[in-house]
Amino acid sequence: MDWSDIFDFSDYDKLLPLVYNSLLAGALLALIGGLVGVFVMNRELSFAVHGIAELSFAGAAVFLLIGLDVVLGSVFGSLIAAAIIAVLGDRAKDRNSIVAVLMPFGLGIGILALSLYPGRAANKFGLLTGQIVAVDDPKLASMTVMTLVVLIAMVVMWRPLSFASLDPEVAAARGVPVKWLGIVFVIVLGIAVAAAVQVVGALLVLALLVTPAAAALRLSSSQVWVPVLSVLFALVSMIGGILLALGGSLPISPFVTTISFLIYLIARIVAFAKKKAEVTR
Amino acid sequence: MNSVLSITGATLAFGERVIWENINLDVKPGEFIAVIGANGSGKSMLLKAILGQQQLSSGQIEFMGKKTSTGNTQIGYVPQHRAVDSGLPLKAIDAVRFGLDGHNYGLPLPSQKKRALSLAALEQVDAGHLATSSVGALSGGEMQRVRVAQALIANPKLILADEPLSALDLNHQAVVSELIATQRDSGSAVLFVTHDVNPIIDYVDRVLYLAQGKHSVGTPDEVLRSEVLSELYGAEIDVVRNQGRIVVLGAHDHQHHDDEEWV
Repeated sequence: MDWSDIFDFSDYDKLLPLVYNSLLAGALLALIGGLVGVFVMNRELSFAVHGIAELSFAGAAVFLLIGLDVVLGSVFGSLIAAAIIAVLGDRAKDRNSIVAVLMPFGLGIGILALSLYPGRAANKFGLLTGQIVAVDDPKLASMTVMTLVVLIAMVVMWRPLSFASLDPEVAAARGVPVKWLGIVFVIVLGIAVAAAVQVVGALLVLALLVTPAAAALRLSSSQVWVPVLSVLFALVSMIGGILLALGGSLPISPFVTTISFLIYLIARIVAFAKKKAEVTR
Repeated sequence: MNSVLSITGATLAFGERVIWENINLDVKPGEFIAVIGANGSGKSMLLKAILGQQQLSSGQIEFMGKKTSTGNTQIGYVPQHRAVDSGLPLKAIDAVRFGLDGHNYGLPLPSQKKRALSLAALEQVDAGHLATSSVGALSGGEMQRVRVAQALIANPKLILADEPLSALDLNHQAVVSELIATQRDSGSAVLFVTHDVNPIIDYVDRVLYLAQGKHSVGTPDEVLRSEVLSELYGAEIDVVRNQGRIVVLGAHDHQHHDDEEWV
């Protein structure tokens, strides 16, 4: 194997228009992934994200098998998982066990549906590991709708959800519907996961919905900067990943996850250096 | 003058276990009431019931003439000390601001006016220097003062404080006690849950003493007496006054020997 098999940027200008939709979809995903990720972190929902993603994959695979719209199936699976987690998993401990029970079940159903599907193998694995040129116009349209729903919900909920995350008892005392907000947030999270599964694949959703926010929280505790950095990191990972994948034969996901991981690593090192400088000053 | 809070025949029981029974209490504006009792006597439950977060077995509670329900911006609530998750992207000043507008939907957009109010509230609890510290990095005592600032910032009609002094050093106990007490001047009523009455004894108008399903209401001199507490506990209790401090001896003698409780 030669490096030129993996990277070949010679026809880059001709390839770029082909992934125009993917770039747009990636930017939309980065936006909602970065924002939703902030609350995934402070409400300890990382594991739930993974669980929702597996059921989203199962939904997409089943819909693919029975000849229905894959995006719709993905949303369907996500919402079912999110609803179960939101209603039954009020406390972190319950939630973790519910996610752990749902996850292998979802993955199993997904694998079953894919094995029965007579189509090409590349289509099958796309749902798990992501696909670069798979974003056609209808898919982009449905992702835009999902992005808008998530964005509007996040803007409306932002302040009371922050209050409820800080101090649920006081927030409830002042009239924040703490329980309902928690449920609505998990459902919004489900929509964001379903959108992300379309591009990065079910197995790698965490790289978009958790890693950027985790990196941002290493660097700041500001209400403004954490979401801004989180979106920025998600954007760099997504767009960078797509552009790199374009020049080669590898799928998009390894690039996205590697960039996202490197950003996290750098954030940790910077935070560590900052802390050390503060102590020795 | 109308009551801020009126509790009528309030009873809370879980099956056979009676937490408290038939509490009647009318709280006037500007009144400071100490709620005292051992662990498990249902002090926090009483606050939860007033907040509408705990249903009563019988009786009713009215705030400003209306039956309480969850969610009231005219009540300032300081919950019992609890650690804050360090993953929250919030500064102390943001947390205090939630006392003004945390219940409103939308984004917490910058506001000079709210920032100034939040900073002033923090300075009142001697925490102005913590304004831009992350809430996750605050110590227990620092977070407790932030919570007091958050509860008082909107000038609530009723302040419900659940052991607000528990994580504080003596100096800050005095600062916080005095600050809560001065809210009475603007007509706020205070229910102050504590297991030690001494830091607030100068401010207390009346005491609600909870013990083993029973209770007693009255001025500190009426309630904090050997006969009254012996009757409540059904055991020999000594209330000793020494240099302005009140010490209750033997409140737990039936459970542990050699125990004393500072009320």
